[in-house]
Amino acid sequence: MKKVVMGANVFRKDFPFFARKLVYLDTAATSQKPRVVLDAMRKFYEISNANVHRGVYGLADEATQLYEGARKTIARFINASPQEIVFVRNATEGINLVAQAWGRANIKKGETILITQMEHHSNIVPWQLLVKEKGANLLVATITKAGELDVLAFEKLLEKKPKLVAFTHVSNVLGTVNPVKELTALAHKAGAKVLVDACQSIAHMHVDVRNLNCDFLVFSGHKLYGPFVGVLYGKKKLLEEMPPFLCGGDMIKEVSFEKSSWNELPWKFEAGTPDVAGAVGLAAAVFYLEGIGLANVERQEVELVEYAFKKLQKIKAVQIYGPKTRAGVISFNLGDMHAHDVSTVLDEQGVCVRSGHHCAQPLMGVLGIPACARISIGVYTTKEDIDKFLAALQKAKKVFRL
Amino acid sequence: MSMYAEVILDYYRHPRNYGKLNHPQIVSHDMNTSCGDEITMQVEVKDNMVADIRFSGKGCAISQAAASMLTEHVMGLSLGEVAKLNKETMLKLVPIDISPMRLKCALLGFKVLKLGVIKALDRGENHEN
Repeated sequence: MKKVVMGANVFRKDFPFFARKLVYLDTAATSQKPRVVLDAMRKFYEISNANVHRGVYGLADEATQLYEGARKTIARFINASPQEIVFVRNATEGINLVAQAWGRANIKKGETILITQMEHHSNIVPWQLLVKEKGANLLVATITKAGELDVLAFEKLLEKKPKLVAFTHVSNVLGTVNPVKELTALAHKAGAKVLVDACQSIAHMHVDVRNLNCDFLVFSGHKLYGPFVGVLYGKKKLLEEMPPFLCGGDMIKEVSFEKSSWNELPWKFEAGTPDVAGAVGLAAAVFYLEGIGLANVERQEVELVEYAFKKLQKIKAVQIYGPKTRAGVISFNLGDMHAHDVSTVLDEQGVCVRSGHHCAQPLMGVLGIPACARISIGVYTTKEDIDKFLAALQKAKKVFRL
Repeated sequence: MSMYAEVILDYYRHPRNYGKLNHPQIVSHDMNTSCGDEITMQVEVKDNMVADIRFSGKGCAISQAAASMLTEHVMGLSLGEVAKLNKETMLKLVPIDISPMRLKCALLGFKVLKLGVIKALDRGENHEN
């Protein structure tokens, strides 16, 4: 295990991307990829490329082994069993899978689904469509002024006996870390199933699905230093009971012109040829992160976010959104500047920050702003990156006479 | 050149033709929902010409400055001429290099005005019928 030295970043050199002299502060949107991930994918295509689960020749078996090996790695990473890991395109598809397969079979007229005000569109819209189709209700738990989930309000809404509670582990805007284990226990006590959106936590802290005890969990591989694939975890019993989502090749056991039966878990939910190289790359990313150690990642990132937070707080024109204790992201506005203007002025100085509504328009409404700018960090982010960003922000202030 | 050239900031901080008209014949509004920019254009028409024009709204510097520059350009033009304005002409009014991601900011006011004028022309034709 590499030793983490204060002030120095020993991981940055693992990322070929940084040959470009950019200050990249948009890891919450997508992370850069370490060389080992790129190498693993290249190696797959150059040496082991074949379709999986089909051919009986050695090469096809090799590709299948790599694909299923990747599944095992990811299962181990979040403490699940391989049968409970479904590869999807992205976290959004994972949530849609649950909404369509589990939701359509289980949510009935007049029943309730509970979400929170800090959800990403991907954890709002699939439920909106589902409740519309079923004549069910979508309830929204509020956040406090500090930007944390109002747990009392959440508990109050649980009295409505929702069938499903879906919430994010870490807010992609506020950085708020939700107490997933406690919320899940409360939801279970009320008789609900729980879906956790782990997109913003999976690369920043240890996520253990057995410990959290959630029923479903989704994350995107590309935010975990891997390629553009997604993962859905579901408790085995639930996945077994669910009807399929997409259908066609690979997800079937037997097909006749009259009827079909379904493959075993997890393949029942993987119709068509999957992104094999994507899975292989994601497994390499998991190995990479495990090599550093999630505890080390967390320590380094918490320190960096605290540093950035303190410095930002000192700039008079800056308004920060969300609580002091946070993971990975800081959203803010600068004076009366529109976030896109902030982002563009920073971009002109080689600093990449996200601006806009961050796929959380309802949360923007709650905060009473049309948009905000956001910095987000990863294992490769340095104090120097933050300092360059702060200097660029001072320039923006000057340009806009703030 | 920076997108935040002095001229853009000047128009943003001191927008020309900002506000509302008392008796506009044309009122048109739209927004870029993805960023929250919004613009309303009001036009007073006399002899089929833009006799007076105001814009109002909120949003980024590019959207507001570009809308303001457009109002100056179209003052005195005939509605037919305004309806025929194209994207290229609009972008020439804004003397900066606009990145592809920000084009829709620069074009919001243009879109609002053009649609408003075209609708007015359509209505006019209908009346004549």
